[in-house]
Amino acid sequence: MSGHPSYQPQSAFMRWMERRLPIGGLIYSSFVAYPTPRNLNYWWTFGGILAFMLGVQIVTGVVLAMHYTPHVDYAFDSVEQIMRDVNYGWLLRYLHANGASMFFLAAYIHLFRGMYYGSYKEPREVLWILGVILLLLIIMTGFMGYVLPWGQMSFWAATVITNLFSAIPLVGESIVTWLWGGFAVGNPTLNRFYSLHYLLPFVIAGVVGLHIWALHMVGQNNPAGVEPKTEQDTVAFTPYATIKDSFLLAVFCIMFAWFVFYIPNFLGHPDNYIPANPAVTPMHIVPEWYYLPFYAILRAIPNKLLGVMALGASILILAFLPWLDTSRVRSARYRPAYRQFFWVFVIVCIGLGWLGSKPPEGNYVLFARIFTAYYFAFFLVILPVLGKIERTKALPNSISESVLREGKPIGAPAPPPASAKV
Amino acid sequence: MARARVVLALAVLLAAPCAPARAQEHETPAPPTNRWSFAGPFGKFDRGQLQRGFKVYREVCQVCHALKLVAFRTLADPGGPGFTTAQATAIAAEYQVKGEPDEQGDVKDRPGRLADTFPPPFPNDQAARARYNAVPPDMSVIAKARGYERGFPRWVGDIFTQYQEQGVDYITALLQGYKDKPPAGVTIPPASFYNEYFPGHAIAMPPPLTDNRVEYTDGTPMTVAQYAKDISAFLMWTAEPHLEARKRTGMQVFIFLIVLSALLYFTKKKVWHAVALHPEELKPRPPTEYPRA
Repeated sequence: MSGHPSYQPQSAFMRWMERRLPIGGLIYSSFVAYPTPRNLNYWWTFGGILAFMLGVQIVTGVVLAMHYTPHVDYAFDSVEQIMRDVNYGWLLRYLHANGASMFFLAAYIHLFRGMYYGSYKEPREVLWILGVILLLLIIMTGFMGYVLPWGQMSFWAATVITNLFSAIPLVGESIVTWLWGGFAVGNPTLNRFYSLHYLLPFVIAGVVGLHIWALHMVGQNNPAGVEPKTEQDTVAFTPYATIKDSFLLAVFCIMFAWFVFYIPNFLGHPDNYIPANPAVTPMHIVPEWYYLPFYAILRAIPNKLLGVMALGASILILAFLPWLDTSRVRSARYRPAYRQFFWVFVIVCIGLGWLGSKPPEGNYVLFARIFTAYYFAFFLVILPVLGKIERTKALPNSISESVLREGKPIGAPAPPPASAKV
Repeated sequence: MARARVVLALAVLLAAPCAPARAQEHETPAPPTNRWSFAGPFGKFDRGQLQRGFKVYREVCQVCHALKLVAFRTLADPGGPGFTTAQATAIAAEYQVKGEPDEQGDVKDRPGRLADTFPPPFPNDQAARARYNAVPPDMSVIAKARGYERGFPRWVGDIFTQYQEQGVDYITALLQGYKDKPPAGVTIPPASFYNEYFPGHAIAMPPPLTDNRVEYTDGTPMTVAQYAKDISAFLMWTAEPHLEARKRTGMQVFIFLIVLSALLYFTKKKVWHAVALHPEELKPRPPTEYPRA
């Protein structure tokens, strides 16, 4: 975008560098002069929070890996060794374990924000699809990480999830054996999960790079859903977006710290403090909270193969969202009907999460089916049809106009309180 | 309005399936919650309680239950039971642990040292099963490996009240939850005992505690209830030996983050003030309409 000052190296070294590797200019244009819509609200700060959380997970994870032993006989005890004998090992492990939850929390908020404001629409389809790929990658990484402490839930989660592949006709059983590296979940499984759990975060970091590249190509969407038209519509990334992101990041860290320091095991399952035992199946095998909605979808379908397909489809369908939503209006602010379906969708997702934590019996299954039906209908029926028939509100002419129009008392100011009258 | 109606309908729908779950829970009562010195943001272990709990472990639990992750040296660590290094050394020496091979290659037992962990009561699970018909679990992290369903909405409140003591509350209740006879109509397998709080109620562990079984010299009542609490607190420490350091560090981190957030908030306000679009700048209003505060 033109109109913003270009990078002027201040020091002789940076001038020398800039002629050889223009990294200063890249950073300047990406994170300083980069124009961001002026009306971004706090829901837009979660991208930065996610980048921060990825950093936290990689730093704590690399140090944990220095002390962890990926062997079925030692994994559980080595994690306890970290908790007891490594300096601040308890902090590293609780940061990492709770960090995964915070990562997913931020990712889900980021995703719902994109859905609410139509951030997936033209020209941001590739940006959105990269986001869906990131979601898939963090789901895989989180799952493999959960297996590493080799507690009861680790072992049985690995067993249940890898067994899903056995639903594939003809080659299913062979694939499962190949995944396990044997005829049951065992040491080879733990070793490869550890290897992949260390590898995937760097793949995630690479895709995050692409995600940010695509973002800077098309620019950020904004709550009004209309593209910036004039200089007045945008502000420079630094200081405006950086300070806003920093503030919410600090608030997010307060919540993160609450979990890490005061309720570090709240989000975990007590059974994972019992060493893995292939001979004893836990009463209820439940995944971590962030997989519960998908788990509910899986179990809602009575046929195993179809259940697994529904599970995969529930994530992959997001990649097609830019084309399933036929509306030309981006932001739900100007789509009154979509807004209601969206909030029902959010409630359905939370409801599925709750049902995923319940045993698959009786009414729980019934409701899981109803909610699963809504989940898919939202994408396959509601969005395509709604875009054609919905009567949308008038869009603002520009971002600046929307800022001024945003429910602010321009035309009809509220009367001042009686006490203020002199 | 339409949305509110939808939400209400969903709430009613969601409440319906709760009924069968509640009926099941009725059989196993929720363990009573106790007051623990280590609960909450300023929680600290009660040294006397940890030492009493340790005594209960040594005189009762140790016969069957291992503490294989706990090293003798940690008995003298800060934030623990508060033994001196000399006391911890003496305690370690009372145990016989498996030694290292000598010149002839023979492995003999030797007295424990600070670096050793508590020796297990059985060489392997099979030996334990042969003796007791069940494998007594290692108790090192058992306070975190046990718990009970808190149910909605209590689990939400637990986030704010920092309730993390399901494990110790459950163990305390379990140790006092034995009934001489199962209730009418309930049969339990032979060589098992009826316990109100144990999932399934048939527990292989005989009632371990009786009044006056362990002698307390500090005037603390020598009752099953007191023993149960003391051993639970001790097990909380073995499961989470750095609990005090964690909570103390947490408070420092909290103060830092809150101050940082406040500073960032005001900086943000100041920075953004420069670019704020003010409706009144574009649309002049009569001065009487908006009194300046």
